[in-house]
Amino acid sequence: MPNMSLKKNPMPAQEPEVRAHNFKEVALGYTEEQAIDEANRCLNCKNPLCVKGCPVNVPIPQFIKKVQEGDFEGAYQVISLTSSLPAVCGRVCPQETQCEAKCIRGIKGEPVGIGRLERFVADYHNEHATEAPEKPASNGHKVAVVGSGPAGLTCAGDLAKKGYDVTVFEAFHLAGGVLVYGIPEFRLPKAIVQKEVDTLKTLGVKVETNMVIGKTLTIDELMEEYGFEAVFVGSGAGLPRFMRIPGESLKGVYSANEFLTRNNLMKAYRDDATTPILRAKKVAVVGGGNVAMDAARTALRLGAEEVSIVYRRSLEELPARKEEVEHAMEEGIQFRLLNNPVEILGYNNPDDKRDPKNGSVIGMKCIKMELGEPDASGRRSPIEIPGSEFVLDVDCVIMSIGTSPNPLIKDTTAGLEVNRWGGIIVTEETGATTKPGVYAGGDAVTGAATVILAMGAGKTAAAAIDKQIMGE
Amino acid sequence: MYKILTMKALNPTVMQMEIESPLVARKAQPGQFIILRVDEDGERIPLTVAGTDPARGAVKIIFQIVGATTYKLSLKSEGESIQDFVGPLGKPTELEGLKKVAIVGGGVGCAIALPIAEKLHEMGCEVHSYVGFRNKDLVILEDEFKAASDKLIMMTDDGSYGRQGVVTVPLQEALEAGEAYDEVITIGPLIMMKFVVATTKPFGVKTTVSMNPIMIDGTGMCGGCRLTVGGKTKFACVDGPDFDGFEVDFDEAMSRGASYRDFEKHAYDEACNLFKKEVQ
Ligand SMILES: Cc1cc2nc3c(=O)[nH]c(=O)nc-3n(C[C@H](O)[C@H](O)[C@H](O)COP(=O)(O)OP(=O)(O)OC[C@H]3O[C@@H](n4cnc5c(N)ncnc54)[C@H](O)[C@@H]3O)c2cc1C
Ligand SMILES: Cc1cc2nc3c(=O)[nH]c(=O)nc-3n(C[C@H](O)[C@H](O)[C@H](O)COP(=O)(O)OP(=O)(O)OC[C@H]3O[C@@H](n4cnc5c(N)ncnc54)[C@H](O)[C@@H]3O)c2cc1C
Ligand code: SF4
Ligand code: FES
Repeated sequence: MPNMSLKKNPMPAQEPEVRAHNFKEVALGYTEEQAIDEANRCLNCKNPLCVKGCPVNVPIPQFIKKVQEGDFEGAYQVISLTSSLPAVCGRVCPQETQCEAKCIRGIKGEPVGIGRLERFVADYHNEHATEAPEKPASNGHKVAVVGSGPAGLTCAGDLAKKGYDVTVFEAFHLAGGVLVYGIPEFRLPKAIVQKEVDTLKTLGVKVETNMVIGKTLTIDELMEEYGFEAVFVGSGAGLPRFMRIPGESLKGVYSANEFLTRNNLMKAYRDDATTPILRAKKVAVVGGGNVAMDAARTALRLGAEEVSIVYRRSLEELPARKEEVEHAMEEGIQFRLLNNPVEILGYNNPDDKRDPKNGSVIGMKCIKMELGEPDASGRRSPIEIPGSEFVLDVDCVIMSIGTSPNPLIKDTTAGLEVNRWGGIIVTEETGATTKPGVYAGGDAVTGAATVILAMGAGKTAAAAIDKQIMGE
Repeated sequence: MYKILTMKALNPTVMQMEIESPLVARKAQPGQFIILRVDEDGERIPLTVAGTDPARGAVKIIFQIVGATTYKLSLKSEGESIQDFVGPLGKPTELEGLKKVAIVGGGVGCAIALPIAEKLHEMGCEVHSYVGFRNKDLVILEDEFKAASDKLIMMTDDGSYGRQGVVTVPLQEALEAGEAYDEVITIGPLIMMKFVVATTKPFGVKTTVSMNPIMIDGTGMCGGCRLTVGGKTKFACVDGPDFDGFEVDFDEAMSRGASYRDFEKHAYDEACNLFKKEVQ
């Protein structure tokens, strides 16, 4: 008899007052009892709609059935058939617009907590699995992967399991991509990402950090001099955009990428940090996506007294994961919706040109917005209300209005074509680019998207690369 | 890990090191830089490639001890290793077609300017080097500059060596006397480059400055190194570090460069204290 409760088992979490002052993970995960109870809410539909909502078609009812039976390791094996990073995806996927949006139980009441179950299963596996994965026999073929985000890691893993000799080239000193430099510890513990990377290494994948492809080595050199038969480009969309409003170069204005990189990758939050970060009192974060939520909640944890999200549309249009918005609200982040910045104001001491405070942020001028007709994206477009300007009292501004693919690889690789937004052009079914032997996927192709899509693209390309090399 | 092949002090606060990094040694061009971390959890700092020896896989860096990270680096010894070393980053300095160039360097900026002077010299370009230091004890790379220049003008602030005064004085005199440089390339403290630009502008001589804002990744993903050049936002790590001096907003760059002054001072004091304790 299924559990007919209309509500999901609530996710145990650190109390908002406590977690607002630490960088430990917010959500604590289900216990075994909670997981089985939640799994029992699943109807094991014959025609499971949830699976259609999942970008990589995880066999959801099958894995949930294993959880119902208490066979958690079995559940993990089912998820592993189509997903490589369940511990990550269970934590960061926007389930409310994917699998859970389609779940039949969601018509009346809340959908099954599919994401929470996925996370439970992956964490169970990570805690209990004893046998290290075995290094498969080599097939003697070399493949290079550029970038170690979810797209690159997945592609590398799939190929390594098939016996390929895979080398991952990463520009930073640490592998993981956005999972290590962008998404903060309190949402995705870095130990989880490290474990994924370590597993790849046991599979025989070589991870070469401090390698900026296009600078240290080019793709052509990898193929011609180093003998890589195929290259997968998963270099992400790391180039931050700014608004081009006056005052954006004042001291105390950050891109979210810089702010989060200082904090997450360079560990600026620690007392013994070697990389500095501004410990601001009043912070405005411009934007409404996951990145904005992460920046706002990070600023709060660094000791800010007041943190606001400044977003030009309304609550309904906020692109961030629902859970992150809820968590941010519980923690006291203010949502200044239907507002848009027009200028950042700086301090200037007219009597002392050498005053060290000169050039620091002292406020942000905003204008109020209202929603007009739907635009091309289907969302109602924001329109300025004339004469409604006001000044927000802040000493730090974090711009979180999006990123685009970095042109570095395109500029140094003849024959690799990109679209108008800088995304690498690929054939969707294979990930093949316009340059023979070169594949691409993830944010480098789509622009800033999601972990699961990047992972899926890595899988698709791995299969196509295998076919290319073995077909020959 | 990247091995320190050789190491020597050029003056009391400036050190030269060769780091083993064959790929960087093979690729680096004058004007490009690397980013390093001394140890795990260390800060990423950019330093210009001061020379390479591809046969030995060696990359030369010359740095001034100004804060915690450069201080920690200076405490390393030959044969030891540093944690991370990545490059070559940034665009090489554009030198093609130049026939007569003035190189204007200040302090440790001379180390950054030297490979450019050497390359120009090798190309057969006439090189006039104007180098300035605070005093005689701080003079570095004099022989190297002599070898790479058709004319070397040595300046010190206090007159303890060479001529007394700042580098813009002889540069101004030369321009007034009708020296026709294709280009002036200047590298040094922001304030010096600002004055060099003020000196050359009335003469309309193309002036290239090498900017050194605070960086993290060095690949264009953080925007922390942004500058305003000709009214547009540029990322020094990928669009530079060289820019048209007439277009750069120096005042903004100076203000941004001081963003973390208190933190830096504290970190430096800590590093020095730690070292003193270890020695005791
Ligand atoms: C703060 C933040 C929060 C997010 N939150 C979520 C979320 O909750 N849920 C979700 O689904 N998605 C989220 N995303 C989006 C998600 O992280 C990305 O869509 C995903 O990481 C893209 O994966 P990728 O492998 O394509 O690229 P990335 O993760 O960006 O990895 C690319 C890697 O390539 C490296 N690289 C780049 N250029 C080169 C080069 N020339 N040579 C060598 N290496 C190079 C980079 O250093 C990087 O490590 C978030 C993103 C950010 C920034
Ligand atoms: C492209 C480029 C090339 C450079 N080349 C050389 C060189 O060849 N030789 C040399 O001596 N110096 C060079 N510098 C400057 C050098 O990077 C700084 O002196 C160094 O980072 C100081 O670190 P610190 O911890 O010892 O000092 P800190 O106490 O941290 O800082 C002292 C000063 O260095 C600046 N600084 C601090 N952190 C950074 C950072 N991450 N990036 C850039 N500047 C920073 C600060 O604005 C401050 O004025 C270069 C800088 C750039 C951007
Ligand atoms: S749609 Fe919902 S109830 Fe049906 S199988 Fe999927 S998770 Fe279970
Ligand atoms: S150092 Fe990050 S963009 Fe230049």
